[in-house]
Amino acid sequence: MSTTFQIWRGDKGSGAFKEYQTDVAEGMVVLDAVLQIQAEQAFDLAVRWNCKAGKCGSCSAEVNGQPRLMCMTRMNQLPAGEAVTIEPMRAFPHIRDLVTDVSWNFAVKKRITPFTPRPPDAPDGTWRIAQEDVDRVQEFRKCIECFLCQDVCHVLRDHRLHDRFVGPRFLIYAAALEMHPLDNENRIADLREAGGIGYCNITKCCTKVCPESITITDNGIIPLKERVVDEFYDPVRKLLRVFRS
Amino acid sequence: MAAADTHEHDVLIVGAGGAGLRAAIEASAAGVSVGVVCKSLLGKAHTVMAEGGIAAALANVDDRDGWQVHFADTMRGGQYLNDWRMAELHAKEAPARVRELEAWGALFDRTKDGRILQRNFGGHKYPRLAHVGDRTGLEMIRTLQDRGVHRGITFYMECTVLKLLKHGDRVTGAFGYDRERGRFHLFKAKAVVLATGGIGRAFRITSNSWEYTGDGHALAYEAGAELKDMEFVQFHPTGMIWPPSVRGILVTEAVRGEGGILVNNQGRRFMFDDIPELYRTQTADSEEEGWRYTQGDKSARRPPELLTRDHLARCIVREIKEGRGSPHGGVYLDISWIRERLPHAEEHIKKKLPSMYHQFKQLADIDITKEPMEIGPTTHYMMGGVLVDADTQMSTVPGLFAAGECAAGLHGANRLGGNSLSDLLVFGQRAGQYAAQFANEYGGAPVDPDEVEAIERAALAPFARDGGENPYQIHHELQDRMQDLVGIVRTEREMTQALEGLHELRARAGRVHVAGNREYNTGWHTALDLGHMFSVSEAITRAALERKESRGAHFREDFPRKDDAFGQFNLVVRKKADQTMDIVRRPIPEMPAELQRVIKEQS
Repeated sequence: MSTTFQIWRGDKGSGAFKEYQTDVAEGMVVLDAVLQIQAEQAFDLAVRWNCKAGKCGSCSAEVNGQPRLMCMTRMNQLPAGEAVTIEPMRAFPHIRDLVTDVSWNFAVKKRITPFTPRPPDAPDGTWRIAQEDVDRVQEFRKCIECFLCQDVCHVLRDHRLHDRFVGPRFLIYAAALEMHPLDNENRIADLREAGGIGYCNITKCCTKVCPESITITDNGIIPLKERVVDEFYDPVRKLLRVFRS
Repeated sequence: MAAADTHEHDVLIVGAGGAGLRAAIEASAAGVSVGVVCKSLLGKAHTVMAEGGIAAALANVDDRDGWQVHFADTMRGGQYLNDWRMAELHAKEAPARVRELEAWGALFDRTKDGRILQRNFGGHKYPRLAHVGDRTGLEMIRTLQDRGVHRGITFYMECTVLKLLKHGDRVTGAFGYDRERGRFHLFKAKAVVLATGGIGRAFRITSNSWEYTGDGHALAYEAGAELKDMEFVQFHPTGMIWPPSVRGILVTEAVRGEGGILVNNQGRRFMFDDIPELYRTQTADSEEEGWRYTQGDKSARRPPELLTRDHLARCIVREIKEGRGSPHGGVYLDISWIRERLPHAEEHIKKKLPSMYHQFKQLADIDITKEPMEIGPTTHYMMGGVLVDADTQMSTVPGLFAAGECAAGLHGANRLGGNSLSDLLVFGQRAGQYAAQFANEYGGAPVDPDEVEAIERAALAPFARDGGENPYQIHHELQDRMQDLVGIVRTEREMTQALEGLHELRARAGRVHVAGNREYNTGWHTALDLGHMFSVSEAITRAALERKESRGAHFREDFPRKDDAFGQFNLVVRKKADQTMDIVRRPIPEMPAELQRVIKEQS
């Protein structure tokens, strides 16, 4: 069945939707259609992808205005008979066609204090960890770094506070480290200052677009916000800090 | 020399999957400057797809395990064509590499007493795979990536290497381009480590992403290095087959490790019908015994679904050929049946195999806790690669190292599941260490500007042509030829036909034309990848023609039996002075008495 696609073409911010027609076969995902158009009609169409199985998080884009992985969006989930629009993530600088410059994310990660384990539990240099403690952080460690949560976050997308707010991906990253059963660091002060955790006002848009179904806000960001409150706004602690200094 | 950005490092690493990252971390720990060039963004390499786990004889679940057993399992799985020294080092060092990963922040599933849990996998005698659910590869690559970025390593993301540069015998750097702007980059280096992964994109049905075009194999070959075992391509028995657009996507072996069974359209568990002699004493007699094994009963032997991948793939092809396949041309893989045995089976499956549950639900509308999956073989892994020294991972070209999938030796004629992630760690570490040492000992060497200019000219040629062949079309035709003529079942007639086809296609590839400009132009990138795929495809085909027997992943319909005479040597591929491909038989050195004893004790 022939379907119409409106694909964003252009570079460095300038561009427009261009219309393509291609046949959609049973079971096809949006990425299949894009690659088919690339191989048959638009040879130089820029698109980033890798595993095509929802595991690497490369093919993030906005499909019919929704941030999605193109490889995990089935054509039959989209309204039949209507044109499909595909455009690049809008929260990041545009490179070409469907490809954006996501290097800011890599720079942010580098600023987060790395994992630092407690001394080993056993004389052979190994640790003993309960499965429950592994399970607790598993949810955050599933993150495939597709940056769709960053794309949809209004602090980054609309207010462009990339220099003051690390975004949901890196709050989750920090949560995974903070809740890591072996980690000895404390990143709470950093999250409050450089991380800008206060900018998040829990609209939960990030949770809605996460292809790994990570409950970003409820399980990650809110507990971190509570710890910030505990450490910095608890009156007793505040008093103790005054005496200590 | 035309405009190319020039970068200088002591050690240049090509590839940022498990092997490349592990090598980079090791080299930087030795105090040298390290650059990593990777074809995609950091953290997206194929290691991220590895699901099952990392094989290491930690003996946390079964204390009968040890390096000796792991060594013997690896050699048996590789049909004794493995480099025995690599298999020995791998078995001995894998446990330390896994523990080190944990010290760097990786979290694995645990045993009841809090140690790293290990699961069963094909060809491994005891539960041996450290894992976390079925996303072990993601855990591993993220851990290495996060450690790497804090160690002053320079990453060149979305950058592809076109050619290695040499001065005399030695490698002195590499030349490539970045995807974003299409600019050329000259990397000067005292040592280069290839960690580029596999060759899957030379075949039509594959679990590999667009990147896996045999770059490392071809770069090394072109630079004069020897390749080995190129006839051994692993077809993973379980890839998705329906709907057509997901064909080839991997279904982890962990499904079978957790009790999944293979059945044909008559409901028969056909894997019991053909158990190879080499594994008869280790394989369960009954379905009952097989089930007990997957549930941790130490007195039970493994079910036939956990035989090696080469054997499974052939049995599946047989069932399909003889009319006992599933509606879409595969067979059934069923994990839902464990409902008969386990309470809360549904939750158990979702917990142990979360990404598989997700993958089938989203891509195929199949609930694997309730119904069987349809699966068939998919091109998955390349056993063959750059011939390296076991201890140092240096190729036959001084200063050129290789590790991981693009290196050969550890796996012989067939790789065991789980031995790939451990391979990346063990030999990535070694390659990094010895590349740094080489860089310190030998210093730099000059780059020839004429050579660089010639590479640039050739790379830009597709833009200059006024019309010509479509690179995507050439690629598809190459994939069809390799899939249909040099696939799971091979014959002399078909492979000769494949060689002629490759020759003709290569000539056409010389006339490819690309439109547009140099920025993020996938058509251009495909045109540039073709050369690597042709070299690799020719090497696979020529080596497969030369090995007139069936062994491991290499099955010849015209020589269906294993031949002891062919078990005495590896096939080595190298470039002759006249630029044509040479295949030579290289005798396997005799195994030391100590290792021979280990194999005897474990048989």
